[in-house]
Amino acid sequence: MELKEKLVSSFLAFEEEYTGSNDDLHKIRNQAIKDFETIGFPNRKQEDYKYTSLKSILKEDYSLFPKQENTLEYKDIKKYFIHEIDTYDLVFIDGIYSSHLSSTTHDKIDVCLMSSALNKDLYKPVIDNYFNKIAPKNGLNSLNTAFTKEGAFIHIHKNTMADKPIQIINFSTGNESSLLVQPRNLIVVDENSHCQIIERHQSLTDQPVLTNSVTEIFADKRAIVDYYKIQNDKLSASLIDNTYIEQKSESFCSVHTFSLGGKLTRNNLNFYQRGERIDSTMKGVTIIEGKQHVDHNTLVHHIEPNCESHQDYKGIFDEKSVGVFNGKVVVEKEAQKTNAYQSNNNVLLNDKATINSKPQLEIFADDVKCSHGCTIGQLDEEALFYLQSRGIPRKEASGLLMYAFANNVLESVKIPEIKKRINKLIALKLGVELGFNL
Amino acid sequence: MLQIKNLHASIEDKEILKGINLDINPGEVHAIMGPNGSGKSTLSSVIAGKEEFEQTQGEIIFENTEISEMDPEERAHKGIFLSFQYPVEIPGVSVTNFMKTAINAHRKANGLEDMPANEMLKKIREKSESLEIDRKFLSRSLNDGFSGGEKKRNEIFQMAMLEPKLAILDETDSGLDIDALKIVADGVNKLRSKDNAVLLITHYQRLLNYIVPDVVHVMIDGKIVKSGGKELALELEERGYEWVKAEKAV
Repeated sequence: MELKEKLVSSFLAFEEEYTGSNDDLHKIRNQAIKDFETIGFPNRKQEDYKYTSLKSILKEDYSLFPKQENTLEYKDIKKYFIHEIDTYDLVFIDGIYSSHLSSTTHDKIDVCLMSSALNKDLYKPVIDNYFNKIAPKNGLNSLNTAFTKEGAFIHIHKNTMADKPIQIINFSTGNESSLLVQPRNLIVVDENSHCQIIERHQSLTDQPVLTNSVTEIFADKRAIVDYYKIQNDKLSASLIDNTYIEQKSESFCSVHTFSLGGKLTRNNLNFYQRGERIDSTMKGVTIIEGKQHVDHNTLVHHIEPNCESHQDYKGIFDEKSVGVFNGKVVVEKEAQKTNAYQSNNNVLLNDKATINSKPQLEIFADDVKCSHGCTIGQLDEEALFYLQSRGIPRKEASGLLMYAFANNVLESVKIPEIKKRINKLIALKLGVELGFNL
Repeated sequence: MLQIKNLHASIEDKEILKGINLDINPGEVHAIMGPNGSGKSTLSSVIAGKEEFEQTQGEIIFENTEISEMDPEERAHKGIFLSFQYPVEIPGVSVTNFMKTAINAHRKANGLEDMPANEMLKKIREKSESLEIDRKFLSRSLNDGFSGGEKKRNEIFQMAMLEPKLAILDETDSGLDIDALKIVADGVNKLRSKDNAVLLITHYQRLLNYIVPDVVHVMIDGKIVKSGGKELALELEERGYEWVKAEKAV
């Protein structure tokens, strides 16, 4: 049975299991499965998926609901946490909340579970207002919505600064078989509020794991949201990350995506600017090799005047790896004085490595500043020779150059411990010993 | 120290060096002068091991070892230093960290532990002060946005830090005003000792007023066509290269 049929036919059993009181959710899920049945998974005939085929990851016979609850010991998985600093943690194992690994709060801010938010009256107004409001109807979103059960629920109340960063970590153990997990996150940051979020999907098994994650983020007036996605997964794990961000006037949102490993990674990152003087920042570092595939599909929708967006994606591709960057910027007629900047720079280390880079600008306003640039190249031989002539071995010299190349993306990372961690991961990836801090 | 015998080198099948012979002893300063396109910079790059050039014939012997097959970094570890005519800009790597990496790479190649941080800082401070280099300059990205003069001074700073046996200075004087030229020359003179040698590649006699050479060579069309004492440089300055070519043709 194909995955699509299997999913559709499993839906009834999934719904029967649901005992919550939220009738609206019932309706939303029923509609979503119908939509998924009609639309199905995206394929390469669609422009947005021209360079990324999901075929190889959809052919697995995924288990949808793990039969047994798996437990993990903190000491075994500590390295996947940014453990050097104090954080709130929302940890899920095979899609199921792990209370002993988590640390939640309801003190001024709500950092808790989607399952409880969906079913408790206290959260109903927030759910009614924000849940499933900006993720557009498409195959992957509808599938996720139909099976919405668990994920992170974060609500930062008005005039509040979250006192520490929040980590969302999804572990897959897949002890029984291959696994499909579909986390659903909702993050609402009220007026004048601020939070920092770190998200990671980590497989602990060699069995295939597919994650189809949907995250909706709302940043109200003057809110600040900094989001960090650390993607450094096993070669058996694939991730489709669907993130939608709606911003109100004078809010700042930044998303940094570090794609350093995984079989196939597709990032659908979408910003909708509903207000003035909004700033949206997207940065990415991709370093892959082997047959890995990383696709960044971004959208910034400039709807109102005087807003900015900044995109800076850097990629280093070795062996037969494939990269895709598809950055779309839409500037509506009303969005005068928009300042949109987009840059995508790539280094190919091997003749067999590929990058497909496609900037897409749709501008309907006449008084705007929009720039985009894309480069694809090899490491500069003259620079390599320069470093070698100073006694730095070629391997280390190319590591240093690649490191310097990726460096300016890290500059805007506001949590030093993340910067350090990514530094280390990059150094490790590039096989160089950086006995110093750049 | 350095013996070059019948050295031929090409780039993309075009022969640039057509049989170079050169002998440099410890303690000596040699200058190579010649018109544009004569192959002076190619010679310095080939000695330093740039792979873009193919060495088709001949030998390069440094301290009794044939180094033609060695990687640039191995040559550096043996004590060869090339000051670039056009130093490469590397945004994202500070001068200090670059220097630390380079010094420790040398030490590692020679079986030594990393230089302790305080020793490294002391050395950096000493060398930068003697070259009148501003402290702020050291935390800037390597050559990134440096003026021509700053780049050249930074090259000499690197040389002073690495203390090579053979320093090759490729057009180090170009782009320098007279004050900067004096500082750079002073830096080179400080390095001079009976154990090490300097090879200057230059267009102009000017630099040779400050770094006085023992031997001056004239290079034309990939060959050294004339060698002499320091007075040869003055003669070239006065008369140009045409007479050397004419003399050669006769």
